[in-house]
Amino acid sequence: MIAQHLPALQIVLPLLAAPIVVLAGSARFAWLFSVAVCWAAFAVSIGLLAQVMQGGEISYLLGSWPAPWGIELRVDLLNAFVLLLVTGTAAIVLPYARRSVRIEIAPEQQGFFYCMLLLCLAGLLGIAITGDAFNVFVFLEISSLSTYALVAMGRNRKALTAAFQYLIMGTIGATFFLIGVGLLYMMTGTLNMADLAERLQPLHGTRPVLAAYAFIVVGMALKLALFPLHLWLPNAYAYAPSVVTAFLAATATKVAIYVLLRFTFTVFGADFAFADQPMSLLLFVPALLAIFAGSLVAIFQENAKRLLAYSSVAQIGYMVLAISLATAAGLSAGIAHMFNHALMKGALFLALGCVFYSIGSVAIRDMAGIAKEMPWTMAAFVMAGLSLIGVPLTAGFISKWLLLQAAFELGLWWLGLLIVASSLLAIVYIWRVIEVAYFQPRPEGRVAAREAPLSLLLPTWVFALANVYFGIETSLPVTVARGAAAALFGAGG
Amino acid sequence: MSFLAHYNYWIVILLMMLGLYIVVSRGNLVKKIVGLNVFQTSVFLLYISIGKVEGGTAPIIEAGYSVYSNPLPHVLILTAIVVGVATSALGLALVVRIREAYGTIEEDEIDHQDDDE
Repeated sequence: MIAQHLPALQIVLPLLAAPIVVLAGSARFAWLFSVAVCWAAFAVSIGLLAQVMQGGEISYLLGSWPAPWGIELRVDLLNAFVLLLVTGTAAIVLPYARRSVRIEIAPEQQGFFYCMLLLCLAGLLGIAITGDAFNVFVFLEISSLSTYALVAMGRNRKALTAAFQYLIMGTIGATFFLIGVGLLYMMTGTLNMADLAERLQPLHGTRPVLAAYAFIVVGMALKLALFPLHLWLPNAYAYAPSVVTAFLAATATKVAIYVLLRFTFTVFGADFAFADQPMSLLLFVPALLAIFAGSLVAIFQENAKRLLAYSSVAQIGYMVLAISLATAAGLSAGIAHMFNHALMKGALFLALGCVFYSIGSVAIRDMAGIAKEMPWTMAAFVMAGLSLIGVPLTAGFISKWLLLQAAFELGLWWLGLLIVASSLLAIVYIWRVIEVAYFQPRPEGRVAAREAPLSLLLPTWVFALANVYFGIETSLPVTVARGAAAALFGAGG
Repeated sequence: MSFLAHYNYWIVILLMMLGLYIVVSRGNLVKKIVGLNVFQTSVFLLYISIGKVEGGTAPIIEAGYSVYSNPLPHVLILTAIVVGVATSALGLALVVRIREAYGTIEEDEIDHQDDDE
């Protein structure tokens, strides 16, 4: 009975929980209830992935209205994987939130904080699960609006301007997407993705369809922070509360990449995007620039959170680069990196959250000598850092390896060299933090820090160990990514 | 003639470009929000134009009428209008908070204060 309604439960659980959390009024209850809901959502997504792996694609008709008219929720391997990624991150980050939120958010705002976090979760899950193009826009705005509010809750006043900038760019991105969907509706008279894919086949050469695709791609490029449309990201990540940064860095951009994949491969079809239109080149060049510009700028940051934010811009570059290769191998490398990057950045940002908890700052110079005082926190940081660089036996190595394989398969050996060279840049910026934390003495005037409490360390270490686990036992991400990539190419013909 | 026949689409494009230009060019944060609003409104008009059926009346079943405008875009745009209102409200609330924190709503003065830190 319940198994049949899992797709609806996936969105409804966090959506209904959000107002309850505010109405209850107690911060402690809000936290407990949110943790319970996130774990329930995680269980639902595990159930969905298991169902999809066993029985193939699931189609769920909301209110039992038949498909092209009613709204359809559709779960295949790709979005079951994205759902697992988003709910898994939420389930690990939420237990961490209690202590971190207590020092970073004013007491009277804490209930609203959890409400916004749940709404954001509901929005991200909705985007991933729906089979209806307009529905994507609605959920996109639910998650975006709650994200702007979450970013603005940061303690530094720069969080306000960061949130405002994000609001402007995010709204332009979402509105571009809306224009694209409108043009598609104009040409086909349908909003259901599967139906759209069918009806678009004979219309591929027409100009409104081309314009629609252009609007959707640019809108999503803004949302996923593809260079040079990434300007909102560094400040938003740097000044948002620690929990929010970890959650967003691991999930939000990945969901935007999912939408790009879904529209490119399922709705428009791989042939349209890569054979008829020069999408490979249009994605390849910004992605390569993102990798190098993002990594180079990261090297010169003074704030560790901002450094990692620029690193995120570079890492998004890897994902888009993998997609732009337009082969099944490239696509599975991109999808696997979505998962692995969530693990790395989750661990890194949570470790910085621990640092902020203890010393009230994440400026690199304030972190001098901190490894002696907070050995567990910094050990987790180093492990995730190694994974980010792509050292063997970590999850990051698997993504890089798959990406290199995909590049060599196409005979692009120079691209392989560039990927390795860009990893060297990652060594430089991660080393900057490690060097200061491990090899410099504590500066005069800073009181000795205390190791972060267990409730903060445990989630951080879950992420850090996941980096090693999925570096050795690669079957889950790699099989799922390969299966999803094959399905995407199959759908587009 | 066909140029004028689709005048509503020209208005859409004009409003879209105006809105986007205001967002980019103005340094006043409230004006940016207004520009964003104009930009979003242009998309509402686009959807409403799509739904228009020539000679069609409002989609209410009534004796004597057989041609109706397509109601679906109207419904979609009701949702988008709600989203637009929420965005403006949140944006303006942020402007109030920014004004409390910085004492100004001019972008260049805010940047100036941030650089001084």
